[in-house]
Amino acid sequence: MSDDFVLKTEDLTKHYGGVHALEGANFELRKGEHVAIMGDNGAGKSTFVRQITGVEQRTRGKVWLYNEDVHFAGPLEAREHGVETVFQTLALADDLDVPDNLFLGRERTFADWLGPFRLLDYKSMRQSTIDALNRTGVKIPNIRNTIRNMSGGQRQCVAIARTATFHSKLTIMDEPTAALGVQETAQVENIIRTLKEEGEPLILISHNMRQVMDLVDRIVVFRRGRICANLKKEETNGEDVVAYITGAKTQPEYEEVA
Amino acid sequence: MADTSQGTGGLTFDKSKRSWPNELNILLALVIIIVIFEIIGQTAPYMRGQSFLFDTRDRFDSIFNEARLQIIILQVAIIGIIALGVTQVIITAGIDLSSGPLVAATAMIAMSFAQTELVNGNPNPKAIFGLWAMDLPVIVPVVVGVAFGAVIGAVNGTFVAFLRIPPFIATLGMFLICRGIALWWSNGQPVSFPTESYKFIGSGMMPVVWFVILAIIFQLIMSFTVYGKHTYAIGSNEEAARMSGINVKRHKVLVYMIASMLAAFAGVVLSSKGATAQAGMGEFYELFAIAMAVIGGISLTGGRGSIIGTVLGAMVIGVIRSGFTYVKLDGSYQLMAMGGIIIAAVVLDQYRQRNKA
Repeated sequence: MSDDFVLKTEDLTKHYGGVHALEGANFELRKGEHVAIMGDNGAGKSTFVRQITGVEQRTRGKVWLYNEDVHFAGPLEAREHGVETVFQTLALADDLDVPDNLFLGRERTFADWLGPFRLLDYKSMRQSTIDALNRTGVKIPNIRNTIRNMSGGQRQCVAIARTATFHSKLTIMDEPTAALGVQETAQVENIIRTLKEEGEPLILISHNMRQVMDLVDRIVVFRRGRICANLKKEETNGEDVVAYITGAKTQPEYEEVA
Repeated sequence: MADTSQGTGGLTFDKSKRSWPNELNILLALVIIIVIFEIIGQTAPYMRGQSFLFDTRDRFDSIFNEARLQIIILQVAIIGIIALGVTQVIITAGIDLSSGPLVAATAMIAMSFAQTELVNGNPNPKAIFGLWAMDLPVIVPVVVGVAFGAVIGAVNGTFVAFLRIPPFIATLGMFLICRGIALWWSNGQPVSFPTESYKFIGSGMMPVVWFVILAIIFQLIMSFTVYGKHTYAIGSNEEAARMSGINVKRHKVLVYMIASMLAAFAGVVLSSKGATAQAGMGEFYELFAIAMAVIGGISLTGGRGSIIGTVLGAMVIGVIRSGFTYVKLDGSYQLMAMGGIIIAAVVLDQYRQRNKA
């Protein structure tokens, strides 16, 4: 059983000076599973993600990625291990087009002996971009358009398509639809469903209850730096989740820590 | 942008859908400026029907006024070489003010390794070093000059990238340091009497040859290499570039180094052209180089612009300088007009960007 864990954390803890932002988080994600992380502002959701992706260094605890004990020095190393993050602030270069952004920092090249002046393989990158967009169902009329000329939804789609292009082992999305309109949100949700069908594991941070109920298999609730509930979607409902978020309820197995 | 805001429509890779390139606007502006000078020349009574562009004398070899065209290009070629580097720096959302004094400092240093032993049978009166530095192969002064530029650029880049000093301040400091080096090198005395092979580097139309070759090389580099792509990425969104795994700091140092090496090479060409090096050389070159890039459609906030644009910007400046002389307005008007055009170029660019967004 133990080998179908995508991600497992044990006693993951982060203190900022005297502030206990994250305390003893035990979290599991299995293959093909989509899990939502919910909780109030300051509950430790983003802190939790930052420890996994190596943006910050944890105070203590362990993280396993596919049963490998990992300790990422930075987001780059996490990315090399297949952990792709779609950040709240989109990490896209506005003046570059879609393939450029998808392959930024890992361009396909030839004549590598030229060092920093090695040549870009535009043709292959363009083809892979079109394949990736087709696979995720992202529709962008012209991939040669610069990001600057795109709508918020399209930008978000490009950011998500980037995770799909590289067959990431784990995708983390931090409020991907917070800044989007209704139609654009629907588009992003469709892509998430496609990822589910493809069996790509996902951690979704969201405040949107309908979205979470719609998309994921399991909901993990954070409260004041601790995990206070681990709920299967079928066994819960919106009201129940809200009760956990606000502190009206705590699951018995988390009782002693909360 | 109605066609892109809806999430509908198939995936396309359609070359015809690419937006109107900015470079064409500059080319258009260039043509309009030439036409204006041509009209003034043909109509203003004191001009006696001279032509700006065409050869009015009845000769068979050419319809163009080749002499004027040569002067226009020659005037901007050396500053143009600097502008190629400044363009790359500005694309990373930086600025390089040190290039003008760097031209002077490099000219002094390179010239010291390019002197001849005997001038008209007498020992070189301007000799800086002993006999060991006389009549060296031409490669020595060029390599020494460009290497000096690389060091200055590496210092600039290190201050900007690793010590996080604003580029304006870091390169302003280097501006003064380089001018100081140029004055200190020979106690303010000019360095002269280079070898024949050194003189060749900047003789005749050679500065234009260097400018064109370097412009083509760097246009290709910016368009088709990882270096170019990362330069644009850093200027567009430095944070995104960093998150994507680009070594932003190292890349910035490389960009500043290349810019300073180009400025240093311009110093070599300039000293070769005049067969002398003086500490006061290259005054305002850094500003003209920035002006060329700005007229060429570069954005000072980074991420946008191209080498072709800068070349066209250089041509605009050359045409205006030559045109003002042609309509017999002196240098003071040229400066005022040039200032106006630079501001107009930025205003137009901002207006265009706002309309787009």
